[in-house]
Amino acid sequence: MSATGIGAAVRRKEDLRFITGKGQYTDDVIRPGETRAVFVRSPHAHAKIKAIDTSAAKSLPGVVAVLTGKELANDKIGNLICGWMIHSKDGTPMKMAPHPALAADKVCHVGDAVAVVVASTYAQARDAAEKVNVDYEALPAVIDPAKTKSGPQIHEVAPKNTIYEWSLGDAKAVDGAFANAKHVTKLDIINNRLVPNAIEPRAALAEYDAGTGHLTLWNTTQNPHVSRLVIAAFVGMAPEHKLRVIAPDVGGGFGSKIFIYPEEVVCLWAARKIGRPVKWTADRSESFVTDAHGRDHVTHAELALDANGKFLAMRVKTIANLGAYMSTFSSSVPTYLYATLLSGQYDIPQIYCEVDAVYTNTVPVDAYRGAGRPEATFVVERLVEVAAREMAIDPADLRKRNFIKSFPHQTPVIMAYDAGDYNASLRKALDLADVKGFNKRKREAARRGKLRGLGYSTYIEACGIAPSQAVGSLGCGVGLWESAEVRVNPTGSVEVLTGTHAHGQGHETTFAQLVSDRLGIPFENVSIVHGDTDKVQFGMGTYGSRSGAVGMSAIVKALDKIEAKAKKVAAHMLEAAEGDIVFKDGKFTVAGTDKSAAWGDVALNAYIAHKFAGQELEPGLKETSFYDPTNFTFPAGCHICEVEVDRDTGKTEIVNWTAVDDFGTVVNPMIVEGQVHGGIAQGIGQALLERAVYDQDGQLVTGSLMDYCMPHAHDLPSFKVGLTETKAPSNPLGIKGCGEAGAIASPAAVINAITDAIGTEELAMPATSQVVWAALMRAQPSQAA
Amino acid sequence: MPGVSMTVNGKPVTGDVEARTLLVQFLRENLRLTGTHVGCDTSQCGACVVHIDGIAAKACTTLTLQCEGAKITTIEGLADPDGPLHPMQEAFREHHGLQCGFCTPGMIMAALDIVRRRGNDLDEHTIREQLDGNICRCTGYHNIVKAIAAGAKAMAKSGARQAAE
Repeated sequence: MSATGIGAAVRRKEDLRFITGKGQYTDDVIRPGETRAVFVRSPHAHAKIKAIDTSAAKSLPGVVAVLTGKELANDKIGNLICGWMIHSKDGTPMKMAPHPALAADKVCHVGDAVAVVVASTYAQARDAAEKVNVDYEALPAVIDPAKTKSGPQIHEVAPKNTIYEWSLGDAKAVDGAFANAKHVTKLDIINNRLVPNAIEPRAALAEYDAGTGHLTLWNTTQNPHVSRLVIAAFVGMAPEHKLRVIAPDVGGGFGSKIFIYPEEVVCLWAARKIGRPVKWTADRSESFVTDAHGRDHVTHAELALDANGKFLAMRVKTIANLGAYMSTFSSSVPTYLYATLLSGQYDIPQIYCEVDAVYTNTVPVDAYRGAGRPEATFVVERLVEVAAREMAIDPADLRKRNFIKSFPHQTPVIMAYDAGDYNASLRKALDLADVKGFNKRKREAARRGKLRGLGYSTYIEACGIAPSQAVGSLGCGVGLWESAEVRVNPTGSVEVLTGTHAHGQGHETTFAQLVSDRLGIPFENVSIVHGDTDKVQFGMGTYGSRSGAVGMSAIVKALDKIEAKAKKVAAHMLEAAEGDIVFKDGKFTVAGTDKSAAWGDVALNAYIAHKFAGQELEPGLKETSFYDPTNFTFPAGCHICEVEVDRDTGKTEIVNWTAVDDFGTVVNPMIVEGQVHGGIAQGIGQALLERAVYDQDGQLVTGSLMDYCMPHAHDLPSFKVGLTETKAPSNPLGIKGCGEAGAIASPAAVINAITDAIGTEELAMPATSQVVWAALMRAQPSQAA
Repeated sequence: MPGVSMTVNGKPVTGDVEARTLLVQFLRENLRLTGTHVGCDTSQCGACVVHIDGIAAKACTTLTLQCEGAKITTIEGLADPDGPLHPMQEAFREHHGLQCGFCTPGMIMAALDIVRRRGNDLDEHTIREQLDGNICRCTGYHNIVKAIAAGAKAMAKSGARQAAE
């Protein structure tokens, strides 16, 4: 392994600009003549728009335009769409309601945009937005996802507010297995609604060039090409070739910046209308009521076991709240990203899952770090832990008894796991966490009046999203391959254009490690280009831990072509047969001789083309590849959480965290560990602190960082992180992906630990001090403080 | 509009601003110093932390006119453009204390203030408690805590200014 090759903890290329304040985020970009947009948003969860009076706002200084949903409709700007078709059990397609970028007739959630004010300065736009007078007729709202069927209907297309009633698996076979079970564990679970809260708020800056008819959009997006495709082909803003989307530095995404939102559409439309650039940047309060939220499941789950604790079957019924409109990929999250992972790391012969997706008068819900897989893992790992306790089997032992041990393994819920060693990660985690010493620590804690508990989560996820044919057959509207273009310059330096997008993941470093490793050239001589549809021809962006497994595989394929072409050039230079050229450590050698050409000489010769005629070999050294994966990848591992609960206050302290993950090949262990830390923090946030709360009228009670509890440094422990490795057989580098594992594994580990400490399974997330204290009082009333 | 003058990163600057203009707006929009970020509107996230007369402050909750005559340091002013990085900047890079980079300028400016108040030998508990005014969504803080401890130590060694003036 070289100092900058695959496997090295190389310090990041991108850091210099960030630690010196030289990053370029969307809000940092400024265009000549730029105006600022402020949106007028609904204060009601559900209301008819009777009239909008913009005259007072228009008369204020600096105001350039005040535009409403009626004008948007008049200009034939199309609706936003959900790109994944799900069919109900009865074969009917999902009920996708119209989602205009500005509401014209009615609003469906607090924060729904009804008008936009464009002015010379932000302050002027904000002042004027206050003067837009909207006459609403408030309607009763539907908030509780478990009570949508009897509530007022939000959208004409969706009777009983039902989007789809979907199922996966063989219900009859599952019923049969349950009938023969020795033991059945049952749980009711609420997977709490979360707000992603990337620290950079969403922003959009649109510019129109009247001379060429081109529109340019700088946007906080994880996938600029998908954004361009949807805005061109569905919204109809401009033809695809006349729309450029640039995603510059993006300050965190966690899924919430995958989606195509109303604001970028409106900025583009307004910029063309007024002939000046239009910039919008969300303030945090606005983010809370417009960024797609995550999770929000209500679930009943059952696990059937035989007398030895062998799993026989699982039955799951989930209501998934998708909010007021169907966001870009919302339909896939509680279905194919959820039910397909219900087998966990276990050999479960039969699984049946039903999911009802419903509309409510709340912000749309879509993918948030893990997307469906944290919800599935929470169901599986809570069921397993509770079953172990009910049957008085050690939870680690029950897991071992049911682990899948041979591969490939076909689960009853679509997925075919291709590689893994679940015992290895469990064993290593038990060691690192010193589980043997736990009882001693528990007794010691008890002497201090603390309740100590231990919780496991042996999770699996499906990453490397995804084989295009497979997702296409399941309803996905796009292919999920990835592209790479490798440009070798005449001086031998290399630019790689990738269709993935980095917003914290460090691709500029890890992708350069791959190229440096493969071509034997200095790491410094490689640049990674991403996030601009005018530079990168097409790509699917970054989410679902796909950039390593899919994006880097595309680079490998392009590098294969580069090497093949470079060998041809070298053969001409060295006057040898192409088949005799060996490429190693940045040098082309004629096999069995000392004749060689350096990488830089070959690159130069490819361009000056003096040594070969253009008819036999094209000049230049640039290759493109589109890589379509053959399977998902299956990162898996074991997280162990150890807590101490204060009996008097219910306050939980995480005293030990151990994570052992199998991500396949690790390109940069420093970056991988960082991804694990961040994911765990978000999972602990879900388990202990975070919950988006709506009141019965649809007001978001937790609508600011003062009310929504984000994890702070003092809420979290340091983490012990270890790795095991089985290569992913489906891609050339053996990478499985690491971005979401922490968020997927951790909530179950935390709740398993607290319930172990307090001796009751009835514990909701987030397990705040109050929630834990109340659970303690229910479980041990005699010990009330 | 009232006029204002102050020193920013060692250079005298003046401007005419509305009375309601926040320091962060003045820095970002008037002076084009976009390293200071805005991540919230309730003074929680700390992406906007700068130093006013050597003390950390949230530029999103400070009026520009309050800074008349003050010496302001932003992330851009921490290291000489031609010189080495400040040890705290270097520590964040060395310990992978950043991912998306958006909270980073505020984190580094806040970290320097922790050193000013608590010295160069910082334990994990102190750092975690003292970082209450800054939120990071990417790192889980693990590496930020390591970076601040190491940066504080490196500052003692190099004799770096605790808070740039």
